Amino acid sequence: MLGEAWRAMGANRMRTILTMLGMVIGVGAVVLMMSIGQGAQYAIKQTISAMGSNLFILLSGSTSAGGVRSGHGGGYTLTISDADAIAELPGVQAAAPIHPGSAQVVYGPNNWNTSVIGSTPAYLDARAWPVVSGSAFTASDVRSATRVALIGQTTAQNLFGDEDPVGKTLRIRQSPFTVLGVLALKGQGMDGRDQDDSIIIPITTAQRNVFGTQFPGSVRMVMVQTTTQEVMPEAELSMTALLRQRHRIREGQDSDFSLRNLTAVADSAAESTRVMSLLLGAIASVSLLVGGIGIMNIMLVSVTERTREIGIRMAIGARERDILLQFLLEAIIISVVGCFIGLLLGIGGALLTHTLTGTMVIISGSSVLVAFSVAATVGIFFGYYPARKAARLDPIEALRYQ
Amino acid sequence: MTNTAVIRIEGLSKSYQTSAGLFPALNDVNLTIMPGEFVAVMGPSGSGKSTFMNILGCLDAPTVGSYALDGRPVASLDRDELALLRNRTIGFVFQGFNLLQRMSLRDNVALPLIYSGIELAERQKRADEMLAKVGLSDKADSLPNQISGGQQQRVAIARALINKPRLLLADEPTGNLDSRTGEEIMALFDALNSEGITIVLVTHEADIARHAQRQVHFHDGRIISDELTREIAA
Repeated sequence: MLGEAWRAMGANRMRTILTMLGMVIGVGAVVLMMSIGQGAQYAIKQTISAMGSNLFILLSGSTSAGGVRSGHGGGYTLTISDADAIAELPGVQAAAPIHPGSAQVVYGPNNWNTSVIGSTPAYLDARAWPVVSGSAFTASDVRSATRVALIGQTTAQNLFGDEDPVGKTLRIRQSPFTVLGVLALKGQGMDGRDQDDSIIIPITTAQRNVFGTQFPGSVRMVMVQTTTQEVMPEAELSMTALLRQRHRIREGQDSDFSLRNLTAVADSAAESTRVMSLLLGAIASVSLLVGGIGIMNIMLVSVTERTREIGIRMAIGARERDILLQFLLEAIIISVVGCFIGLLLGIGGALLTHTLTGTMVIISGSSVLVAFSVAATVGIFFGYYPARKAARLDPIEALRYQ
Repeated sequence: MTNTAVIRIEGLSKSYQTSAGLFPALNDVNLTIMPGEFVAVMGPSGSGKSTFMNILGCLDAPTVGSYALDGRPVASLDRDELALLRNRTIGFVFQGFNLLQRMSLRDNVALPLIYSGIELAERQKRADEMLAKVGLSDKADSLPNQISGGQQQRVAIARALINKPRLLLADEPTGNLDSRTGEEIMALFDALNSEGITIVLVTHEADIARHAQRQVHFHDGRIISDELTREIAA
């Protein structure tokens, strides 16, 4: 039977190849699109997990001076003790007050302008940012405002080159700081900035010795991490209530702070990528469908063309299922072989895309399996109708067909 | 030999629905053919002899009447059982040879065996034996369009005989051949009949019909004469 199908396909080689091409393009497109989509999803996921999970960002409210309003984060309405109080709330894992800035940093002959973040040890927890060599500073460093620093990988590279920075002394705006540790590689942030180009120092030291502030102990920003994603809505309510109480804001008055759910932003980014990759898959599936219809089309032509042959076969004893099987087998061979070639082309295309553009691609076994089984099903489905048509032919009519 | 008739037809009629109304192709046909007979079915075109052959070959079903093949009433059989009859009990030879052009002669001859579920090696062995019997063993690997019409008809006969049928039906087997080649084919039929195969042959040539022992004439869907023309060979 297999030999029969092979012979029939060989007799119309060009047509068989063109039919197969429909399948090849369909499967190839599905595999390519799925691997690009999955790659994008993975990249987003990486970025999000690098940002830290279950995060709120708490910004101080706006101030108004002579009618000029400063916008969120403009005033210093939040305090370090607000952050400590929030950290005590149920469901809150860490709350880190942040005083960000940038400064010129000097080590020996090298100098470098980098982002300097004043915060507490809780910041490292919230950002899921471990120290890879040396150690982190502690709460007591924050209390006594010691001049210690944790440096990111990019900063370390630019200041120290191949030297081990741990224990060395660098200067931030002329003040000497001892490097306690080097932070783990973090990569690009959601906004595209290099997160490793930074230095983290105790917030007290930042306020007193580096940037200076009119309001010591007050900050514009607090990063809050909850234990799980599920408790985030609840934590949002309890934080708002706590802060309104601490800031003595009466019922009906606007809060002097704002709370943003970073995870929700990240989730929507992830969601839009997911929708994108679904969309890509859907478009590719259409071409798979078109390929399937191509198979049906050609098989119908083939049945018509071979009507007389079908009649002869029936006259010498072929049963309905023999004829059905013969034509179905042809459709299946075309779709399975087409599928296989398409798979190889799709994978090749994905790898080529990765090589040429650096786009992350993921070729997962499941997507390959899905594409393959869908295509095989399409082949059988669209091959069945013409095959059944052939099998149901009246032997006499078929024999008389010219 | 058994006493059961190979073919027993009683009160058989067949009509077709056409745009001009019901067209009666066969009208009250009765015929019994015993094992080993060589029957020529004759008549002008449109006399119903082709329709009759199609019914004999289980390719078509009668409108009225009964047809028993080897004692089994055909009307009660489903499509698969009819296919089995065409495969095992009946061998077909057509005017236009009806070989599959893409296949070698060996594969053409072996084709019915595929539907009998026989292994490839056995199929090829039996096909080669059949080709030898019709004198074409040296052409087994040729394609049908590489040989002459007479040779193609021999291949078709080999194909019809490969499953050792009890009944050989031939519809104008010499119609596309010149008279000398036709005689060769008829000699082959004579030989097969002397081996005991029942043959029913449609023709309009008296020369061809002469080879049969019995001639049945059709006219307007009826049998108008049925006569023995030659004694059955001992």
